[in-house]
Amino acid sequence: MTNALAGVVFVPMAALFAVILLPSRYSRAVAIAGLLLWPIFLIPLTAMVRAEGAVTLALGNWPVPLGIGWRVDGLTVVTLWLNAAVALAGTVRAAGFFDPERHGARTYWPLWLLLVTATNAALVSADLFNLYVGLELITLVSVALIATADNVPALRAAMRYLLLGMLGSLFYLLGVGMVYGQTGSLALAVPAGGAALDSTALVLMLTGLMVKAAVFPLHVWLPDSYGQAPGPVGALLAAVAGKVALVALWRIWFLFAPDDTALPWLIGALGSAAVVYGSLAAMVQTRLKRVVAYSSVAQVGFLLMVVPLASPAAFQGAGFHLLVHGFAKAAMFLAAANILIALGTDAVGRLSGLDKRMPLEAFTLALAGVTLVGLPPTGGFIGKWKLLEVAWQQAGWAWLITILLSGLLSAAYVFRILAMTCFHPRHSGSRAVPRKPPLAASLAALLLALCGVVIGMFPGPVLRLLALAAPGGVS
Amino acid sequence: MTAELYVFAAAAVFGIGVHGLLIARHLMRKLLAVNLMLSAVFLLLLLFSTPIGGKPDPIPQALVLTGIVIAVSSTAFALALMVRLFRLSGRATLPRFEPDDD
Repeated sequence: MTNALAGVVFVPMAALFAVILLPSRYSRAVAIAGLLLWPIFLIPLTAMVRAEGAVTLALGNWPVPLGIGWRVDGLTVVTLWLNAAVALAGTVRAAGFFDPERHGARTYWPLWLLLVTATNAALVSADLFNLYVGLELITLVSVALIATADNVPALRAAMRYLLLGMLGSLFYLLGVGMVYGQTGSLALAVPAGGAALDSTALVLMLTGLMVKAAVFPLHVWLPDSYGQAPGPVGALLAAVAGKVALVALWRIWFLFAPDDTALPWLIGALGSAAVVYGSLAAMVQTRLKRVVAYSSVAQVGFLLMVVPLASPAAFQGAGFHLLVHGFAKAAMFLAAANILIALGTDAVGRLSGLDKRMPLEAFTLALAGVTLVGLPPTGGFIGKWKLLEVAWQQAGWAWLITILLSGLLSAAYVFRILAMTCFHPRHSGSRAVPRKPPLAASLAALLLALCGVVIGMFPGPVLRLLALAAPGGVS
Repeated sequence: MTAELYVFAAAAVFGIGVHGLLIARHLMRKLLAVNLMLSAVFLLLLLFSTPIGGKPDPIPQALVLTGIVIAVSSTAFALALMVRLFRLSGRATLPRFEPDDD
């Protein structure tokens, strides 16, 4: 039955090879088939995780560490489902715009499938080095996908991302080498004897992951990359692929962190700074896609709050917010991309009257926006509430203020956009939509935004899965 | 003493790489700098786990081999990206400040 775990990585990979080998007129169909097929393996996998807590697999029965070990727990399952949903929505969106005979389609579909494969492979890694390989693959494929936009700003953004990504993986790899030298093991598990790691190794690994996760002030590559990437790519990167490094950071922190340092405070402070800086920057951006990109900087900061608030409830809250944020952010990126194609611009100043011209997109932006703000009954409320509760119980006032501030500041940049689309005085302006997006593309974005809301009304199953995932280091 | 010598050498190479990555303008130089840093990391990876004159441990060597494969492909890809950027923009450097609207 653990074969289901292998399917999660190998099915999208098989689709990838099929796309490369078959003539390009089949690319789209094969890509969609592959992306519909692999989530089927998630169903038995989810059932197993619910029954047993975690599923492990040693590929080809080679013993770890020479072989490759995979492990899936509740957090992984939730993130894998998110990847399935966002990848499918992005595929619907891309399928509507990529003419299969066009030149770009030949490079786009293999890379798209490879991004899904790499994300899954990195998520299920059970050791530090496989995680490195997965993260490196994600970075390379992301850069290639951003570069498919094939214009100077996109290529510059891709190049900057690649250089910083390589720098980040260098630091991470150096840390991994130190861990192996110290413990003789690469396993992503509590080290034998429960000894805390050498803090140099820990800080090196965390720094590397912070570059890849775009934690303030190491976020400089993010706004340009996500802002210039084609719509579906921005959605998948911001929702899942870019968050893998953050998930890895959580895991490594809770497995290896020493008890008595100022590190949690430092990481929490970086998170708080990210919340403030990212939100303020999102407020002053002139292009919608960049507003959404800067909002990612703020949300990454928010998700770091779990480090100083270490507790199973905080971990549940952060995991839930990761899922909800993924839905909302992907919906916003897809809607922004539809707007950009339809109107020829995504300048915030040109969005007036959008609720009449593109009602589905305006509705999507509003739904995803209030989810990010965390208003009940959306999913955004649950994660925030859990973290708030923990901060209150632990008397972590600084984190309490950050969490509240995060909601308030998100409201500021979300409502600026909504006010522009619905209540601008020039409301009666042109109703023309130069190039209407396909209905499927609009609905894909709307469906993701709805997922973010509906999950807030039925959070039970997800929270139960996440409760199984609370790592050993969380007391 | 030999071990310390290697560590110092790796640290020096790493430092030169950091300097190059931050200071150099041309992308080719930046890529060379990243590759220097990679060499230093690979050297350290072997040093941390293998005592000088002791029995070699195969695992770090497997890791370094994988790392070299990744480094080669990343560098090749980065070079292709650089060439494309040069063809489109006429220069193989990144601007220090990216204007918001394009």
